[in-house]
Amino acid sequence: MSRIGVAFDKARADGRALLVGCMPAGFPTVEGSIAAMTAMVEAGVDVIEVEIPYSDPVMDGPVIQRASDIALAGGVRTADTMRIVEAVAATGAPVVTMTYWNPVERYGVDVFARDLASAGGTGLITPDLIPEEADEWLAASDAHGLDRTFLVSPSSTDARLAMTVGHCRGFVYATAVMGVTGARARTSDAAPTLVSRARAVTDLPIGVGLGVGTGAQAGTVAGYADGVIVGSALVRCVLDASTEADGLAALRTLSVELAEGVRNPTR
Amino acid sequence: MSADALAPVAGPQPDSAGHFGRFGGRFVPEALVAALDELDGAWRTAMEDESFRAEFGALLRDYAGTPSLLYEARRFSAKVGARVLLKREDLNHTGAHKVRNVLGQALLTKRMGKTRVIAETGAGQHGVATATAAALFDLECVVYMGQVDTERQALNVARMRMLGATVVPVTNGSRTLKDAMNEAMRDWVANVDETHYLIGTAAGPHPFPAMVRDFVRGIGDEARQQCLDLTGGLPDAVTACVGGGSNALGIFHAFVGDEAVRLYGFEAGGDGVATGRHAASITGGSAGVLHGTRTFVLQDADGQTLESHSISAGLDYPGVGPEHAWLHDTGRANYLPVTDDEAMAAFELLCRTEGIIPAIESAHALAGTVALAPKLAAELGREPTIVVNLSGRGDKDVHTAGDYFGILDKER
Repeated sequence: MSRIGVAFDKARADGRALLVGCMPAGFPTVEGSIAAMTAMVEAGVDVIEVEIPYSDPVMDGPVIQRASDIALAGGVRTADTMRIVEAVAATGAPVVTMTYWNPVERYGVDVFARDLASAGGTGLITPDLIPEEADEWLAASDAHGLDRTFLVSPSSTDARLAMTVGHCRGFVYATAVMGVTGARARTSDAAPTLVSRARAVTDLPIGVGLGVGTGAQAGTVAGYADGVIVGSALVRCVLDASTEADGLAALRTLSVELAEGVRNPTR
Repeated sequence: MSADALAPVAGPQPDSAGHFGRFGGRFVPEALVAALDELDGAWRTAMEDESFRAEFGALLRDYAGTPSLLYEARRFSAKVGARVLLKREDLNHTGAHKVRNVLGQALLTKRMGKTRVIAETGAGQHGVATATAAALFDLECVVYMGQVDTERQALNVARMRMLGATVVPVTNGSRTLKDAMNEAMRDWVANVDETHYLIGTAAGPHPFPAMVRDFVRGIGDEARQQCLDLTGGLPDAVTACVGGGSNALGIFHAFVGDEAVRLYGFEAGGDGVATGRHAASITGGSAGVLHGTRTFVLQDADGQTLESHSISAGLDYPGVGPEHAWLHDTGRANYLPVTDDEAMAAFELLCRTEGIIPAIESAHALAGTVALAPKLAAELGREPTIVVNLSGRGDKDVHTAGDYFGILDKER
């Protein structure tokens, strides 16, 4: 079983959900992103999701778009992501990478998988790659022992849901809302239904993302999912802060709140 | 002729998942797959449905004004050294070939029971065409347009608003067409139940490239027959400009099986491909994934999309439809860059010899034809016949061209 699978099992045994926190690589700088992710781990985030910044992030809302633009303007390269993964993995927390497909294809799918595995990454979340187009990635992830997280959506048919989770390893990413990333005032009604549909066709742990920004929301999602994935709300802590220290402090505060939330599932 | 504009032909087709060789396919969020499948089904059913074909054909004839003329441009021909036949898509309602695509997709939107269309636009031509079809079919219409483009194409913004559309200036990224497309995708993911994304060119995820090609391929079907009627034979070459590439595919498709007919797509070379300031994705780009499809893309060493540059807003896009990438791979069509200056010289030549002001996009096809004619004449040992897709009219470009030629009176 993968390191993420072990972490999910442990959380499940403790009667809580796993907290996954996302941050773009190189935002605000390479060193700054390592500091931010490390602070998140120290404050109780279980798994770090390192997003590779991309020029055309169609699944991301304004907060992550802006952070990605800042990272790219700062000159972050795909190779830097590997270094970031390595530094954050050294904290002991599992590190998963989220990336749009073109940067991987450009890097070379097999070389990317090899470098990610040797940096200590557990696998990839691929928001714009569906299993039908993923032959090369299926082979490379097998060859290098990486997890594969494809997305499932409220609009996925039962047949697609079964097919997609059948190609996942590690965990499944359920998109709670039809829409892009970004904290929302209310979490989705569609998510619990989607999670129970997914549970009918897989034993893999299921993480729910899109729209979670507070401890209370994290508790709600923890009531039906195995993992709570938070991105924009954490990124905003750094984006809105006037100094790096303020940003890290805000990040710690929110991480503690979210970690509390996943330990108090609303059922 | 337009009555059976969708009649099946034995042209090249992608596989069932929309792959043209190693290009095409679907690189999209899972949330969109159901909508793409629904669209694929609706399109395939419509293509088999006589009543849909009749309705589309009647709209093309009675509303859009097709078949467009094939006009022998004698004075232009004399300057160029070839018998040049212009496919006058500039005379269509809304001023370009794009009306064919939007009418087809608006009909499909109705059939799918959706009530809202969204679109991306660069120069504003596709936005205007979409707003037009939305008005005609009583659909809510939202058009995403990069803020840079809303400023340089203010007149088209006003046209869209007059037609009842909401124009949303896009302020992220490079604030141009590619960012407008990103924003439209985001809207679509969030509103897919009632919304159809009316993509303006033969790009994007399957089924868009093949579907858009089918809606515009009447251009080539008409031109082929018109050329036979006019000259008694097929042309030696067919030329078109290529941005996303719908007008080029529209005219190429009917000729792909005619091996003696050379196909030329002219990309926007901007300041010259060697300068890096261009929009020539095939000539100056590399294979990659952008906006839901695998194709040639302008990208850096890490796969980040590069900004494109062209005097023509309609060609200013860092990707190209996957069928073109494939026609390039197979060698069936040739793709060459045309610089801004070459395009503007041909723009002026057509104005002065024929009294026709072309879209700057189409001027790229004219410029490529000017360069091609002597080579083809030498190769054939006679005057070649060349069909040029005059894909749009230049009214929208008068300000840009006036600036370029320095013929605007200074503001008082």
